[in-house]
Amino acid sequence: MNSELKPRATREAYGEALLELGKRHGDVVALDADLSGSTMSKLFAAEFPERFFNVGVAEANMMNMAAGFVIGGKIAYASTFAVFATGRAFDQVRQSIAQPNLPVRVVASHGGLTVGEDGCTHQSVEDIGLMRLLPNMRVIVPADFNQTYAAVMESYDKPGPMYIRTGRPLTPFLYDEPPASLGKGADVLREGTDISIFACGIMVVKALEAAEELKKRDISAEVVNVSVLKPIDVDTVAASLAKTGRAVTAEEHSIIGGLGDAVAEVAAEYCPVRMGRLGIKDVFGKSGKPDQLLEEFHLTAEHMVGLAEHVLASGK
Amino acid sequence: MDIQELNLTANLLRQDVVSMVAEAGSGHPGGSLSSTDIVTALFFNSLNHRPDEPKWPDRDRFILSKGHCAPILYAALARSGYFPVEDLLNLRKIDCHLQGHPDMHKTVGVEISSGSLGQGLSVSVGIALAMSLDNLPGHVFTLMGDGESQEGEIWEAAMAAAHYKVSNLTGIVDANGLQIDGFTKDVMNVEPLEAKYQAFGWTTRQIDGHDMQQIIEALDWSRSVEGPAAIIAKTVKGKGVSFMENQAGWHGKAPASEQREQALAELREQAETLRSSAGKA
Repeated sequence: MNSELKPRATREAYGEALLELGKRHGDVVALDADLSGSTMSKLFAAEFPERFFNVGVAEANMMNMAAGFVIGGKIAYASTFAVFATGRAFDQVRQSIAQPNLPVRVVASHGGLTVGEDGCTHQSVEDIGLMRLLPNMRVIVPADFNQTYAAVMESYDKPGPMYIRTGRPLTPFLYDEPPASLGKGADVLREGTDISIFACGIMVVKALEAAEELKKRDISAEVVNVSVLKPIDVDTVAASLAKTGRAVTAEEHSIIGGLGDAVAEVAAEYCPVRMGRLGIKDVFGKSGKPDQLLEEFHLTAEHMVGLAEHVLASGK
Repeated sequence: MDIQELNLTANLLRQDVVSMVAEAGSGHPGGSLSSTDIVTALFFNSLNHRPDEPKWPDRDRFILSKGHCAPILYAALARSGYFPVEDLLNLRKIDCHLQGHPDMHKTVGVEISSGSLGQGLSVSVGIALAMSLDNLPGHVFTLMGDGESQEGEIWEAAMAAAHYKVSNLTGIVDANGLQIDGFTKDVMNVEPLEAKYQAFGWTTRQIDGHDMQQIIEALDWSRSVEGPAAIIAKTVKGKGVSFMENQAGWHGKAPASEQREQALAELREQAETLRSSAGKA
């Protein structure tokens, strides 16, 4: 973690990367559904108004217009809040983007609980599960500004559809600069031998904090940043499971369908180990300040430590 | 092609639809037959396309938003030379490229995958805008159903097309007045369609969707309209087959073998009438 750099939101990285893509490539178009100031696509809109299409409050139309742009030879980026991009427009994403395997980039901001005070209508805690279900869909949950920037830049010439989740909260820097590649999709940030902590998004920083706390208790935790949830990096995940024999997952998402399930699927097939999943326990969110909500729903380093100890104390 | 030839071609495509759906044992004859004359006018007269060069960048695009009417699309594609006519009889069979609903990656000439209703117009707006950005000359023709127009996304797309003044787009509604559960006016009335499109900022024209001359003129007219153009084509579901006409039950049902023979006999008779009336003229 780099504490010298001032924390920045991952959605800002999307805005800046999209603008850079617009400068480099004339075939990039961007769409938004009346949230360009929130998703940060406004940076692109200001520079390239002729290639920016605000569809208004009409997410379903946006997803299919994006598909049309791709069929017409463009690289289309469609952004709105994660809850609307995936839930409201699921049929459009399924039928006209995922099934025909079109390279539309759905970049969804305001993922997770940390939208905060708006409450459960705007908190996206099912989006990863929905997107993971779709064949062809690549699902990316970057952990900091730089990784988000890299993911968006890399998305330009990747085949097939892609879902990139960004967030509103200011997030500490894990990477000093945009990594050259998202690589295979999982990155061992800290080596350990007793238990693996797999985390994504804003939970990666908390996983590093939890590992530091566990060290004080003589527990060696390995921290793996799983930024690509689909296709998941089976080799890195399975190798870590084999090394430590125990696992905890942490995500700002329902424990159903997201990272916890993705790691459990790898574990079940390649290296069965005792696991604990930290996430939203099959309930809807509610209004509150982001930090209060993370505490309320147990998405903290402290709860991660507790869960890790519980898993370690459990029998095989 | 002159009007006589186009009408005969439409008749041939109707026979194809009956045969392929019967052979498949499932499929959607009703809406395929109501839209046959429109699709024929497009593929054999109006569209600027090259079946031997399906990805020709300057081509016009035909988008079948009412994707369940795949049989008429496939018949038109085959008869205009995109793939062998013999393939039609393998509709919906495993390993055949002709899926139950259109798949852009499986069938040559299919511009977009469709079948989930209400989506085609949105995709068409995106394609038309992309073509404008590239200064391509092609025009996008999108065929929708009146039942399909109950989907809210149609009106989201209609709004966007007018807002962005998409002039290279024509929306055609195959208004046959029927849907799976009965008459559209009873299930969920979508009329007045023409006034709705006008209210959304489109220029409109209403025609008889079985009058080849009117269809051709309307398609030509729509190219010259500033902004998006809508053609509301009044049609008869199951047109050309007496026992299918105006019957909701034939929306998605295959004719049994005797029904198939009767339907084909009727259509052949209509072809004879067309030929003899031309002879007299």
